[in-house]
Amino acid sequence: MAPGESDTAGGMATTDDVVEAVVRYAAVVSSHRQELIDLDAAIGDADHGENMNRGMTAAVQALEADPPGSPAEALKTVATTLIRKVGGAAGPLYGTAFLRASTAVQDRETLGPDDVVTGLRAALEGLVSRGKAEVGDKTMVDAWSPAVDAAAAAAGDGVAALVAAAADAAEEGMRATTPLVARKGRASYLGERSAGHQDPGATSTALLLRVLADLASERCGSDAGTA
Amino acid sequence: MTAGGRIGLVLVSHVSGIADGVRDLVGQMAPDVTVTPAGGTDDGGIGTSFDRVATALEQADAGAGAVVLYDLGSALLTTETALDLLDDEARARVRVAEAPLVEGAIAAAVEAQGGGDLAAVLAAAESAGGGVPPVEASRPGTVPGAVPGADSGADSPADSGADNRLRTSETLVNKVGLHARPAGALARALSALDADVRVGRPGDEGVNARSVLSVIALGLENGQQVEFSASGPDAQQALDTATRLTRERFGDEE
Repeated sequence: MAPGESDTAGGMATTDDVVEAVVRYAAVVSSHRQELIDLDAAIGDADHGENMNRGMTAAVQALEADPPGSPAEALKTVATTLIRKVGGAAGPLYGTAFLRASTAVQDRETLGPDDVVTGLRAALEGLVSRGKAEVGDKTMVDAWSPAVDAAAAAAGDGVAALVAAAADAAEEGMRATTPLVARKGRASYLGERSAGHQDPGATSTALLLRVLADLASERCGSDAGTA
Repeated sequence: MTAGGRIGLVLVSHVSGIADGVRDLVGQMAPDVTVTPAGGTDDGGIGTSFDRVATALEQADAGAGAVVLYDLGSALLTTETALDLLDDEARARVRVAEAPLVEGAIAAAVEAQGGGDLAAVLAAAESAGGGVPPVEASRPGTVPGAVPGADSGADSPADSGADNRLRTSETLVNKVGLHARPAGALARALSALDADVRVGRPGDEGVNARSVLSVIALGLENGQQVEFSASGPDAQQALDTATRLTRERFGDEE
């Protein structure tokens, strides 16, 4: 297919879009650092905000140092950086998610709606295979899983619409972790006492998808090619 | 198996002091086993480092394989991620033990020191329990908090006295008693024998003689009596070995 204006109008995500999303997510994580630390302090080891901030800062630096040639390359750079730099459970979890997403869109120059859904689904599968968590365990899977379902259901409406649906579903899933009793991760040691607190991993996931949604909606708006 | 015959160990902890400390502890009992600590983050903070774990895996496996012990869940995630990125051949020689870090490492190291293969070292680690000796068996009526719904009514009959075990007693003549190194020596010496061997104070049920931690927890000191009991095909040989080791002060100077 010919890459060009028509793709952009139809809502294809380019390599630059992926890099821009990473840069924005790093900024969002940085500004939510204390919130993530506080959420994690309540039921975990209080390192999620710091670890994600360190990891995403390093990911942006890695992308600047070695500009990626495709969306898959960008995602892979983020994956390996998170795996190496985060230090807590979020490193291998998000790292595996990004790595699987990268593999899933390996040969794509730009990402269309189906590619984005495929990437999100692969990320979720990576998370589940790494962390062995299920929906209801009070983990980031509680945000990722409904997000993937919502994205798949809205795939026919274009990239911006599907990531918007994913972000809404992720936020709902994130809020739904509050009453849950943790069954995975450090919070599971607290048993019943973990209830009443929102899961930090689900929170950082919802933030990520909201970044994607905002970026996609801007791009679609500015290109005047709304579906 | 000539080069790198022994299984190595990798200790993955959130804290470098924990991984390094367990390595030191283990080295006392298994001096010839490669034990590679991978504790803390790259900058020495609390967490686990993918690079440290990947490097440790490389160093610990001299060709025969390596067993990984870890402290908390995210250490396992980091370990599994590192394993994913190994080549198939190297990955096939690594096992991750579901075991308590300290007890598992000691049991695994003693087994590796004795020349155990990958499966044996893994099994040794995973059979190292919490090391809490059962104390209520001889005190009927004091069973704490009978769990509702779990009371099968099968109060295990007190048959420990009327068994067919061989028994022998010795006096501990070495200076430190059944401390870490002697307990390790005992476990190593018994590792090849097909026998269930227990050690304890005379008349007591005792603990598994191959469980180094349980043996240390007995706290048997110099001058005290120790009773060995054994059953199985090699029972007599096991008692002979234990007796000889005790009289030889487990190889200690004094």
